[in-house]
Order: sequence, then structure tokens, then C-alpha cells
Amino acid sequence: MSRRFESSVGAALAAAIVSFPALAGQAPKAPAIATTWAVPHTPWGDPDLQGVWNDATSTPLARPGGVSDKPVLTDEEAADFQRELAYNLTRDRRDGGPQVDVNRAYNEHWMDARRLTITKDHRTSLIIDPPDGKIPPLVPLSPERQQARAAQADAAARFAAGLPDNHLELSLPVRCIIRTDSPPYLPTIYNNDFQIFQSPGYVTIAPEMIHSARIIPLDGRPHLGSTLRQWLGDSRGHWQGNTLVVETSNFRTDQGAIFQDADPATFRITERFTRVDAQTIHYEFTVEDPHTWTKPWTAMIPWTRIDPAEQMYEYACHEDNYDIVHLLQGARIREKKGETVPKRIPAR
Amino acid sequence: MRSRIGSALIPVGSIAALVVLWLVVTATAGQAPTAGRFPSYRAPRLASHPDLNGVWQAFVTANWDVQDHDAQPGPHPELMGAYGAGPAGQSIVEGGEIPYQPWALAKKKENFEKRMMVDVTDDKKWHDLGDPEMKCYMPGVPRATYMPFPFQIVQGSSDYILIAYEFASTTRIIRMNWKIEAPADSWMGWSRGRWEGDTLVVDVTDFREQTWFDRAGDFHSDALHVVERYTPVSLYHIKYEATIEDPKVFTRPWKISFPLYRRMEDHIQLLEFKCVPFTEELLYGRLRKQPRAGEPSSGGSR
Repeated sequence: MSRRFESSVGAALAAAIVSFPALAGQAPKAPAIATTWAVPHTPWGDPDLQGVWNDATSTPLARPGGVSDKPVLTDEEAADFQRELAYNLTRDRRDGGPQVDVNRAYNEHWMDARRLTITKDHRTSLIIDPPDGKIPPLVPLSPERQQARAAQADAAARFAAGLPDNHLELSLPVRCIIRTDSPPYLPTIYNNDFQIFQSPGYVTIAPEMIHSARIIPLDGRPHLGSTLRQWLGDSRGHWQGNTLVVETSNFRTDQGAIFQDADPATFRITERFTRVDAQTIHYEFTVEDPHTWTKPWTAMIPWTRIDPAEQMYEYACHEDNYDIVHLLQGARIREKKGETVPKRIPAR
Repeated sequence: MRSRIGSALIPVGSIAALVVLWLVVTATAGQAPTAGRFPSYRAPRLASHPDLNGVWQAFVTANWDVQDHDAQPGPHPELMGAYGAGPAGQSIVEGGEIPYQPWALAKKKENFEKRMMVDVTDDKKWHDLGDPEMKCYMPGVPRATYMPFPFQIVQGSSDYILIAYEFASTTRIIRMNWKIEAPADSWMGWSRGRWEGDTLVVDVTDFREQTWFDRAGDFHSDALHVVERYTPVSLYHIKYEATIEDPKVFTRPWKISFPLYRRMEDHIQLLEFKCVPFTEELLYGRLRKQPRAGEPSSGGSR
């Protein structure tokens, strides 16, 4: 299941980036933050972020090329943008072969309907800095990291061909080790809910994806020792006015464990959670890594409160990961039949 | 309380209160507390309820066997030596024994015999063999409570209490005074809580049938119903009790109890025990492309 889902989603995202109607230029407009609304507080005096929130949106992380440099759209343009993105994200189209069609139909089952609307502020990218809405250029990678990325690309090609050598060649999400439960939180096809719990001295975020909880101490304690590394890192938080500021370090060094395979030695992430009205948290993250990007960059994703009657349920991933066996069994059968991995055209 | 005792308006009540106070004082003064018994205690409050926040851990050895058990060698002493061995421990079951139906007792023994066996090559038999702990599955309730790992209770002012367990980064949400039924069965069950005085009572239903109680093969069906009681008995201890009911497997409900201890280290925090990578070779190693050097081929092309 996961392989099909990921490959077709990847194709859809790629399509979303290339095919976009050109739109007329508009003056950029910063996302408005309500100022009259008073943030509620917990009985012990912290700004109250408790609730179940959803971060799904079709607005892409980076601004698609076709929109030129326009950061915010008019209502009419936004409707076009949303229609185009939804078209590319869903399976409700017939422009591929039968296998593509089946994959899309399968993915229909998983699609979070909220994933098909753009942000209310009509932005064209989740990235708000740099102003061009794009991930800053990469710095030249060290030979070791280049080699690691090439090895990963080879494994990904075997996976895409249905010929993974073993379970270690499958991605961390397919193996149910980490998915979108590791910061930064980005919208995905399903399980975009986050429940925030608060207790004196802590904010705890439980993402629906898998079942981990990030328990964030607010008492100013130091980070874990530098040799102690975790899949979700080690988070420390503090309040800056009504904003929860969270800094996370101590990520594991496994390939794929850290956002966009930045260098764990120098990667820094700061997240800011600000409740701007009863129904909305602005979730903003800044990442920096002089070994990966030429400059830091920041994205903002609105989190919308979901109806309390709509609960977050247990998501067991590894416990019934039949797919991993199917993938490997299929690969061994394909091998016997003499199938091979198509030669990969090296990127760039 | 002191002012009421001193009041002249209700002398009879005052005398009674004094007598009770005297009994409590003489019963506890100058004595080391008896194991499992605590002087009466009122927990600090949070949003008008007892505050159970903290990192807690059980120190019973029930994860090896909830009943009485001797120290035991591990399953592969020729490889693991004393590393794999398990500690001895006393039963946490009230009355000592789990009241199994006869067929179920036989099944428990079979579970134990096959606890290290795994076969994931057939979806329908995926969960038939082996201890779920070995496969890094969410441990269910009450096993999560007495795994040899800490867990954290996150209690605030909302209608939810979160329990986060270090083992497998498992979480469960306790919905307070909740009416809605479970939408589906789950590994950690559907937890609905309420306060009874200072006790947090959690009614847990709608379990997947595949979790076990321990490494000894103790098990249940999908009819499992657990009622947990968390009673703070000091700032540093919670009395944990659970009543376990499953008419398909047991002849009557049975009860377990043990203390939970507050972890007192400076800056204590849950760490990760994401054990999926530790079990993948066991589960999927047979489906590797090549047998690794020095190992016999074991059906790698199944």
C-alpha cells in the first residue's frame, strides 16, 4: 500500500509544481493576525493551546513556478489555484494509464478532504521567508553526504521498481519508524490532526500520525547530552508573550531521520505556536543549517481547530504493516522472473 | 479542621474527631510505613482534581509473568548468557492465579511455548504467533503500566488526560466523562475516565485481541474489559489497581494491584524506545535479497 501511495502522491506533487495557470501580478499582502481576540489561559496561567487541531492544506511548501513571484492571490485567482492543486492531488482524473488510475482510486480512500483547500489567507506557498516563497539554494554537500544521498536515491529507485533488496531500503515512513510526527510538521495526505495537551510546566503535542507524543518541558532545563539522540529530537519550550517557542536538537543521524537530510551536527529548528483566534493556531517553523541551505528559511501553516466531537483515534502503523512483507515478497518474485531496476538518470 | 475541633458548638462531633485523630496518630507515629500501606493522604489539586502529573514507573516484574515466577533463563542462553534471563517475582494477581477457562489455560501454555516464533508471510496468520512485545507492538492495557519502562501522565484542565509510555512511544488518550463509544477496536483500547473521590477510574474497552499480559503467554480475547484505578497515596506513589474481565477466556473477573513510583531524577523525561528497528530483522530478515555471509539461506525467496 505505502509504495503505491507514495509514488502516486509524489507524482501528483511534481505535477502540482509544473502545471499551473499563469496569474496576473498582485501587490503582496502579509497574513493578517487578529488583534482584538484575547487568548484564554490555563488555570496555571499559560496561554491555552489545548484542543485537537488540523494542519491540512493544499498550499504547497514552496511557491510553484507558474505563479511567478506573487505571494498572495485575489479571491478569483485563489479559486483557480485551489482547483488546480486539488486536481493534481486527487485521483479524480483519467489522464494516466490503467495502473495510474488504480493507484489514484486507491489513494482516494486515504485523502483527507481538508488537504484539498488552500490556506484562508490565499498564499501561494507555506514558506513566508525568503519572500520568493522558495527553499533557499543548497550549499555544496560534503562528499560523504553526497554519497549517502546517492545511495538513498539508488534504494529509492529499487523501491520504485518494486525491487527493494531488504527492509532497510524502505523509507522510515514505510517502516513506520517516523512519519509526519517529527518536526517540522507538514501537511500530508492523511492524519493531519494534532492534539495539544498542557500541564503545569509542559506542552505536549500528540500527532495522529503513528502515536508518539512530544512532551516539551518549559522549565528551562538544558537539552539532553549531545550523544543522546532521538528520532523526534529533544524539544525545549518557552513562552514569548502568547507564543510558544520550541527549539529541538539531538536528532538521530540516520539517513532520512532529519528534515530534508540536513546535517544533524548543524541543523537547527525553531517552531512558534501562536493562537490567533478561537479556531486557529499559527504554526511557524524556521530551519537553518549552513551545511545544507545558503540561508535560514521560515514557513507558516495555519492549524484549524476541529470539532471536539471529531476525535483523534489510535493510528497503529507497524502493528499491521502487511505491506512491508508484500513489498519484499513481490521483490523476490520479480527477481526470480529476472526483472531488473531501470537505469536511473542521475539528477542534474 | 483544627478550628472545628476547637469549636464548642458541636462537642460530640469534636470528641469523635479527636478520637479518630488520636487513632490515626498512634497508628502511624514513630513507625516506618508498612509496605503497601500509607497514612491517609490528600493529593495536591489541579483544576479541582487530584494532580497525577509526573513520570511514573512500576517496579514489579509482572512483564515476565503476572503470576508468581522463579528467576528464569532467557530463551537462548547459549547466545545471551545471563543477559536474556528474567528476574523472579511475586504475583500481582489477587489470590495469586488467573482464573482461566480450561481451554484458555492450555492456550496460554501454547503461547508461552511459541512466544519467540514469528511468521508474517501470511496476512491471516500475521498475529497468531509470538509475544507482541517481541514484535514491538503497542502493549495494551494493563501491560503498558508494568512494562519495565517509565510513563508520563499529562493532566491539564481539559477533558482529556494523556498517558505517554516510553515503550514503543505508545500513547493513549483518556476521555473524561465521555459517553461516545469506540469507533473501532484498538491496541490500547478505548479509555473513558472519571474521578471517584481522589481516584482516577478508567474504563477501557474495545481492545484488539492480540495483546498479551506478559511474556508467559497470558492473554485475552476481544471481549477484554479493564477498569483501572489510579489512587495517589503520597506525593511519590500511586496505588494502581485493575479489574480484568473477559467472559470468553476467564471464569470470573480478576484483579491486579501494585504501586507506581514517581521517578525523582532531576530533569527526568521520557526518552525514546522506538523498537521497530530492533525487531525488523526478526520479522522481515527472511525476505532479504541475499542471505548474509555466514548464514544459511532460510527461504529468502518465499
